[in-house]
Amino acid sequence: MLYSKDRAQGFIHPIASEITPREVYEQRRDFLKTLAAGSAGVALAGWAARDAHAQSVARPNKLAALPGARSAVAGAVTMDKLTSYADITSYNNFYEFGTDKADPARNAGKLVTRPWTVAIEGEVKKPQTIGIEELLKLAPMEERIYRLRCVEGWSMVIPWVGYSLSELIKRVEPTGNAKYVEFHTLADPKQMPYVRSSVLDWPYVEGLRMDEAMHPLTLLAFGLYGEVLPNQNGAPMRLMVPWKYGFKSAKSIVKIRFVEQQPKTAWVKAAQQEYGFYSNVNPKVDHPRWSQATERRIGEDGLFQKKRPTQMFNGYEAQVGQLYAGLDLVKNY
Amino acid sequence: MAAAEFARGAPRRGGVNSTLLRPAVKPLVFAASLLPFAWLLYGAIANTLGANPAEALIRSLGDWTLRFLCLTLAITPLRHWTGWHALARLRRMLGLFTFFYASLHLLAYGWLDMGFDVADIAKDIAKRPFILVGFSAFVLLLPLAATSFNAAIRALGAQRWQALHRAVYAIAGLAILHFFWMRSAKHNYAEVAVYAAILAVLLGARLWRRFRP
Repeated sequence: MLYSKDRAQGFIHPIASEITPREVYEQRRDFLKTLAAGSAGVALAGWAARDAHAQSVARPNKLAALPGARSAVAGAVTMDKLTSYADITSYNNFYEFGTDKADPARNAGKLVTRPWTVAIEGEVKKPQTIGIEELLKLAPMEERIYRLRCVEGWSMVIPWVGYSLSELIKRVEPTGNAKYVEFHTLADPKQMPYVRSSVLDWPYVEGLRMDEAMHPLTLLAFGLYGEVLPNQNGAPMRLMVPWKYGFKSAKSIVKIRFVEQQPKTAWVKAAQQEYGFYSNVNPKVDHPRWSQATERRIGEDGLFQKKRPTQMFNGYEAQVGQLYAGLDLVKNY
Repeated sequence: MAAAEFARGAPRRGGVNSTLLRPAVKPLVFAASLLPFAWLLYGAIANTLGANPAEALIRSLGDWTLRFLCLTLAITPLRHWTGWHALARLRRMLGLFTFFYASLHLLAYGWLDMGFDVADIAKDIAKRPFILVGFSAFVLLLPLAATSFNAAIRALGAQRWQALHRAVYAIAGLAILHFFWMRSAKHNYAEVAVYAAILAVLLGARLWRRFRP
């Protein structure tokens, strides 16, 4: 029992999710939310809502504050135990800063995030370049606690701060030809030492289908843990699509382009047999080189604990399953 | 005694060789070889191995296996280049430490990554052939570790023993292939190239000595 963080910190207490079966506690939460919805009176509802959202997010006091109100979007606040700020900010895939997980935290210090502009291009009625200050004020900031499942087989639970990408999309008014959205990450070799490496075709490009981009869970994130994003996590603005593998969520975005054809995304270009355009989290469709049936929850699953089962659409099936009705998810991996 | 000789300005007999022959050398090398293990064990207990300690343990143990393999294979060329023939007495210990770290590497994979689930391991090997390559290298290490004591050398006869232990060259090749294949996902070959270059020099030195004009 050498491995539990809680034990190392002197708090010996079981994790609630280990004791109560998932079905049971999810029912309880649904019950509490039903209460909160008002069926049991105002006073009781207030108490119940607090209980349903009992998990509090304490600021680490490392960067500037960026508060957000708890999101009301369905599925936007998971009850899973938060991954620590230290783990979220030291174990990153951000190849522009190096391929080792520790590289981004080491090398991202040189990234300059002010001034920062995002070009909106392509099939939109209002193409424009928007400054980061304006983007920060474009819609009210929300706190959303999402599971993040990496295609490599590990996962985290991260309290993001941001708003639905749809808020921005509505303002720029896509034309009828806009079927997909492309996201371009900054690729500046002066600030990003590994942009010269051959591992990917830079700049990093990701993309979503228009309906995926408009889904309320698709988040434009500006912060985490109640503070602005650390550089290694994609400052000053990144995408977060919680039901897709992490690489779909482009970091440090400088361009958003509305297009008619399915974008040629970075990992599809690098290895088409291994990474598809959709890349929805799916325990039944393995990566050619490893199983996707299970995952290791960073910081929570002990050293000697078996990996946990991965959930369909990373647990967001109720919210996003209908987007893929009739689509062959084995072919469209 | 040594100090007295030094004080009298007597010529030091043997130099590095006589130092290497001191009784304290073997225990010191043994203790030093255990340091990576101790450091990783401490890291696992104190939780200082980063966000994914299982991955850190598995990878570090693999790194140390490769490092000890390089050290073991460096003994003979070093003896030839420097004349420090007393290094030979450390070779067996370093070879056994290669086996020690390889065993821990395999154990960590089977336990921490796979939870000793045989069906999962079989599926994983089918998906990731580089695991099979690493496992083959480990299987080849077994007879070498098993015949590393003096009685085994006598029982086999020096020639047959030496022939058997040439399997270490195949092991080195498999170990590099295992590492290369594992790193191929990210096209990150810098470290692989360092180990490959070191092993190539160490094996090349042997070929040169044998076939030089």
